[in-house]
Order: sequence, then structure tokens, then C-alpha cells
Amino acid sequence: MTREEIIDQVKEVLAEEFEVEQDVMTDDAIIKDTLELDSLSLVDLVAVIEHTFKVKIPAADLPTVKTFAQLYDYIESHLK
Amino acid sequence: MGIWSCLGYDLDTVRDALYNGKSGIVFDQTRKDMGFRSALTAFVEKPDLKKLILRNQRQFMPEEAQYAYCSTRQALEQAGITQEFLDEHEVGILFGNDSVAQATYKAVNKIYEYKDTAACGSGSIFQSMNSTVTMNLATLFHLRGINLTTSGACASGSHALGLAYLLIKDGLQDCIIAGGAQEVNPESVGSFDGIQAFSTREDEPTKASRPFDKNRDGLVPGGGAATLIVESLDHALARGAKPIAEIIGWGFSGNGDHISTPNVAGPQRSLELALKSAGVDVHEIGYVNAHATSTHAGDGREAMAIANVFGDFKVPVTSTKGQTGHEMWMAGASEAIYSILMMKNNFIAGSLNFEEPDEETACINVVAKTQEAHFDMFLSNSFGFGGTNSTLIIKNY
Repeated sequence: MTREEIIDQVKEVLAEEFEVEQDVMTDDAIIKDTLELDSLSLVDLVAVIEHTFKVKIPAADLPTVKTFAQLYDYIESHLK
Repeated sequence: MGIWSCLGYDLDTVRDALYNGKSGIVFDQTRKDMGFRSALTAFVEKPDLKKLILRNQRQFMPEEAQYAYCSTRQALEQAGITQEFLDEHEVGILFGNDSVAQATYKAVNKIYEYKDTAACGSGSIFQSMNSTVTMNLATLFHLRGINLTTSGACASGSHALGLAYLLIKDGLQDCIIAGGAQEVNPESVGSFDGIQAFSTREDEPTKASRPFDKNRDGLVPGGGAATLIVESLDHALARGAKPIAEIIGWGFSGNGDHISTPNVAGPQRSLELALKSAGVDVHEIGYVNAHATSTHAGDGREAMAIANVFGDFKVPVTSTKGQTGHEMWMAGASEAIYSILMMKNNFIAGSLNFEEPDEETACINVVAKTQEAHFDMFLSNSFGFGGTNSTLIIKNY
């Protein structure tokens, strides 16, 4: 899967799950603010990524995934 | 009052459906494909709450909580209770609910599939607790009074109303949002189908639920949600509300017997205690809304209990389940609303599909066809697995 394909798919599933427009998910945007995540709905982000890419984001890694670009990096580096 | 049922999604539509003998029962191919013995069910639409509730709150709501949100919005609106009022006064919530099967099934499946509990998402824990309806509605409407779910099998909704009546009568609460909710999906009733409790009249879905009829062969599962605003008369009048009806008696009992097969003595005691609680004579009851679910044993035993209590007085009896199927945890609340709609509009909805009685059900006066009738007081039964019985007596206001 190319990075472009990852980006397209992330935007598609997150827009669907969190009911936001795809164009608000710019590379440098903060995920938590953009998707209006609280401590509970952060779990939904993990669940959606796991479901879509079979990539688990352990709680210990979450602090390193603040922006959408960092999320793409994380998925790209952990895809099997 | 507010309703979300297979007969309609507002009170006027449901009133007309009751009057006209409309059935809400359909054949569901999905259930057949899953291996159900009976694919019959009530059909209830899922509401679209996207414009009403934020995504992060909707995540916590299984379908039964969504139905209950809709019926409660209607009830609050009819009662003239605004969000500002709820924010300024202590209002409670009591709802009957006794399963969260689909949410539980989905969550456990995710854990098995991904070997990771986070895969359930944030909503699962709140969706898969029996108190999901009361926890969601109390949060959404900012309720600060009693916050409790009653789980009493198919008498859950009736117990909720009875408890609301008691708490208000005893002065512990002024106003309670009370009701019952029931999920409508294969996961919640597969095991019920497994004990061969459902009608298999699949070629005639609208004729399958036939309470008290000689040829009844089992119940049809249904659901949705029903809400009543229960408050003290002083409280209602002080805020300028127009009371609709008055709960004047509640009786309850346990059979202390078989887990699924009812007896006569338990239900009979529930009826007797309700009459004693209300302080009324049987001749004052103008209509009995029976629990009768269209099972052979249940309808027969209930008929005998009614006959034993009412004696020579042949009070009109029907079961609205001929139209709705068995709304289970919701039934006590929804049937109170159905009966109030009849009482306020001067008719008794015919017991759909009742054609002729059998030896046990011949002892009561089952009204087969809708008739114009004025009555000012009715009795409503709800009985459940484990031998839990609840009887309400409600009077016109």
C-alpha cells in the first residue's frame, strides 16, 4: 500500500466514523482537535485504524501520533 | 406520553393503528438465514439522530436507547417540559430494560477477532449494560433525580411505572420520566426462538400473534420504546400541565414456581393487590389490557386469573399484542399508553386475530372487533419469566 493510498483510506474512514469533512484533515492538523476526540472517543480512533489497517496503536505510542502526518507515518511503518 | 413502535412513531398514528386493527408484524429473511425456527418479528424503524445528538454521545446508544430518546422527546414535548425546566428541577428516570444483546454480541466478537479489547471502541461498555437507556437519557436530558433501570423480564416496563407511582406517592420525587425499551434484532431473541416460544405461522405474519385464540401457536417478538411523564398532581398543576390520566394502583407478585411456565395464583395475586392498592371494586374497571402474548400456557392461565378476580362481571378484555407482537421489556409502558389512547378516544381496540376461544380462554370476555366504548378506568397486566407479575390500574383524568 502506498502512502497516498494510506492517506486516502485514513481520510475516508475517519470522515465516516467522526462525521467530519475530509478536507479538514490536513497533514499538520492536530487529530484530537480536528476530530473533537475526548479520552473516550480516542479509543474509537485506535479501533478504526486497527479495523482498517490491522495496525494496533498501543496506548504508549499514542503521544507520538498527534498530527495526521504522524498517523500516516505510524501506519506506514507498522503495516505488515 | 411518547411512543416509538411498530404501530407508529407518534401518538396519533398509533391511535389510528389501534382503532383500525393494523398489524406491525413482518417476515424477516435475515432471521431465516440465521437458522431461526420463526423469522417473524415486529418491524420498527431505526431513528436518524445525527441532527439531534452529537456523534460522541450517539456512540453510547444502542438501538433501544435511540428508540427511548425519541419516545421521551415526544413525551416531554407533550407534557410541556423544556430542557430549561429539566435543568432547574430535580426530575428522575425509571425505565424497564432487560437485555443489551446486540451490543454485547458485537463487542465480544471484536475482542475475539482482534485479540484486543480496544477494538470494541468507546461506546461498547455503555451500550452493553442493562442500564444503557437510563444512563444515556439521564446524561442527554441532564436528569438529577432517581436514575434506575428495572429488569423484570417482560414486566420490566410495568414495574418501572409502578415504582415511579410509589416514589411520587411517597413524596420522594415530584416528577419521573418512566417507560420501557426493547431492542429489535436477531441477536436479542435468537435464544428465545431456540426454546420454541415463537409462532411459526410464517406464511401469514399478520395473523401469527393471536392472543387468547384457540389456534394460537406462540408469540412474535417486537419492541421499540414508550415513555410516560409521571408526576404528582400538585406538581403537574403548579407548572400548568394538563394531566392525561392518573395511576391509582399497583400490584405485584412472584409465582415462586417454574422459570417459564406461569401459574394462575401468582398473576391472580398481582391483580388482587392492584385493586386493593387502588381501593376500587372490579365493577369500576372498564377494560382489561391483558398481558396475553399468544402462547398456549400463558394466555390460558391469565384468562383464569382474570376470571377468578372478576367473577361474574365480564369485563372487556383484549391484548394489543395481536397487533404489536410481544414488546417485552417495553410492553408494560407501551400498553399503558395504548390503553390510555383508547380511554381518551372512547374505543376498545379489538384483540387482533382472536376468532374463537379454547376451553381455558372461554372464561373471559375477549373483545374481537374494535368497538366504540367509554371507560374511565382500566387494568393492565404484565408478567415475565421467573414468575414476576405487575398490574397497574389507571384512571381517566
